[in-house]
Amino acid sequence: MTEPIVKFQDVHKSFGDTQVLKGINLDINSAEKVAVIGPSGSGKTTIIRMLMTLEEPTSGDIIVGGTNLWKMEKKGQMVRANEKHLREIRGDIGMVFQHFNLFPHMTILENCMTAPIHVKKEAKEEVRDRSIQMLDRVGLGDKLNNYPSQLSGGQKQRVAMARALVMRPKIMLFDEVTSALDPELVGEVLEVIRDIAKNDDMAMVLVTHEMDFALDIADKVLFLDEGVIAEQGTASQVIEHSTNERLQEFLHRFRK
Amino acid sequence: MITINAIIEIVPQLSRGLGITISVLLASAVFAYLMAFIAGLCRLSKNIFIRKFTGFYVEVFRGTSLIVQLFWLFYAVPMLFGIELGSNWWIGVIAIGLNYGAYLSEVVRGSILSVAKGQTEAATALNMSSFQRMRLIIFPQAVRMMLPEFGNYTIQILKGTSLVSLIGMNDILYHGDIIRSSNLSQAPLVYFLVLVFYFIIALPLIWLTRKGESISKKGVAS
Amino acid sequence: MNSTYWSWDTFLDALPFVLQGLGYTVGLTIASYLFALLFGFVWTFLRRLPNKVFHFVVTWIMEFIRSTPPLVQLFFIYYAWPMIPGIGVTLSPFTSAVIGLGIHFSTYIGEIYRSGIESVDKGQWEASRALNFTTIDKWKKVILPQALPPTIPMLGNYFIIMFKEVPLASIIGVAGIMLMANSYGAQNWAYLEPLTIVGIIFLLLSYPSAVLIRKLEIKMNTRFDKNATIKGN
Repeated sequence: MTEPIVKFQDVHKSFGDTQVLKGINLDINSAEKVAVIGPSGSGKTTIIRMLMTLEEPTSGDIIVGGTNLWKMEKKGQMVRANEKHLREIRGDIGMVFQHFNLFPHMTILENCMTAPIHVKKEAKEEVRDRSIQMLDRVGLGDKLNNYPSQLSGGQKQRVAMARALVMRPKIMLFDEVTSALDPELVGEVLEVIRDIAKNDDMAMVLVTHEMDFALDIADKVLFLDEGVIAEQGTASQVIEHSTNERLQEFLHRFRK
Repeated sequence: MITINAIIEIVPQLSRGLGITISVLLASAVFAYLMAFIAGLCRLSKNIFIRKFTGFYVEVFRGTSLIVQLFWLFYAVPMLFGIELGSNWWIGVIAIGLNYGAYLSEVVRGSILSVAKGQTEAATALNMSSFQRMRLIIFPQAVRMMLPEFGNYTIQILKGTSLVSLIGMNDILYHGDIIRSSNLSQAPLVYFLVLVFYFIIALPLIWLTRKGESISKKGVAS
Repeated sequence: MNSTYWSWDTFLDALPFVLQGLGYTVGLTIASYLFALLFGFVWTFLRRLPNKVFHFVVTWIMEFIRSTPPLVQLFFIYYAWPMIPGIGVTLSPFTSAVIGLGIHFSTYIGEIYRSGIESVDKGQWEASRALNFTTIDKWKKVILPQALPPTIPMLGNYFIIMFKEVPLASIIGVAGIMLMANSYGAQNWAYLEPLTIVGIIFLLLSYPSAVLIRKLEIKMNTRFDKNATIKGN
């Protein structure tokens, strides 16, 4: 077995006096699909936000592709990572947000093209082709020149996924991507994620409340409770055969 | 009719002040916009000295009146520093520019701060540098939000230009004063026409402000 | 006295002289502010009248007053008004300034009232109709008590803004601190110190007021947020 692409080693995170994560240890292998479930406030989102460098851990290490994400070596000592160090690693990670966070002043095609052109310095024509292809794939090939405000929530979220995919990340993070959507729009977004999970070989971490969906696509499911990973294993181990009481209670509430 | 004849007589005389009024308006507006962006960005700087220093500039110029600043520069600068600012035109432009630049810097700062946090996060997730985040994502949205206030303040700047008549510039109001002093009974018509002159210059600014309002409502993350 | 440098002697000499004008400056601010507060109601009332043409005319008159220089408006009232046959009366500089600045800023105040009234929930109007209130009761008991409080911070801001416009009145002869400073300067050929004093006085008075209003604004906001959550329950 090869080295995991992401390793969390005893990661803690506090906001002020509130301890959100109390020692997370976690391995994610390349191409592995990981679903993170758990009650709200359990720190699920914080895990992927730290991986995306939006939140700095209070202590512990996050190793991405063999390199420490939040620390770097300087004169033989490990010091806090600077922006340059973060940017080097961040390039391999993409994220889709709960509230889409599309750029409202750009068309959806521009939303997809901006980062590859400016960040990766790729040729415009190539990026355009790839972006159109990706928007086609998420079913929005006919809306290239629309602005985000002209789209439905489900369409916006599909654009957000195309935007992240065009950057060709090795790890994709999904932060409760369906919870801001009207119920009838959830399906179209899950379909796209399912398609990515089946056909792309990147690692995926999904924070989600869609239990059936998680069971269906995840190689590994984590149950996070009160800041620790209370249960982990394959989808069927965790969701169907766990003896953890809190997990049973949690699942019961979700799958009436 | 006497009034029509009087209008025909007065309008060309007032028009002689148009050049000064408009040139002071344009120059001080450009200067104010420049100061607004410089000071607005400096107040968001990580460096505390830059922040405090620009904060001082903004509070002093917002806390005192334009007319006080204008006279202060007019009388004090040559005395205090022994330098001549060149001409009264420049003193007017600098006073108006510094004054409204201070007000507008608050607009710039507020707009940048009010771009939704999710936008910065999305840009970070796409691995943009902090400069790229500002240039490609935050700034374009903030500028849209600023447009209506920039329009409003440009009208304020136009009104402020009338003060340069007090330091001897031959603007519209100055010419109005000259006509009045030679024929006191014409005062109502003269000053009414002066107001109309200013209003006509203001009309495109009013139109642009409304245009800016409709643009600012679109294309901004809420 | 023809010094090219800053002199503390001149500063101390000018200070009491300039301060003599403080009463007029503050008095004019208060008087023209009250005038603007009252006249603002007139605009708001006129714009609510149902006639479309009338509404259009009133809107553009307000726009005209708002986008032309208050200095010219002061000149109009002080120099031109007495010359108008029939209705012209000679006004003192102080009265002219109260009317001139008052009317100029009433157009802004009127907009604030309007935004306050428009912010009252539509359901409140419907409820007053359903309860069969008279027009006066509707405004007195339902609309205004809700429309006015949120406008208080904005109205407060205009007090400070008008305070800073008051030195314009020195040009038509209101003996506030600005005029005192200028006449001290003319008598002694020393403008720097008295004008600096004027600047400091403005800063000392307006900066703390601005801070106070910012605090008030935050307080009002939280108060109305609380109301909103109560509504939500």
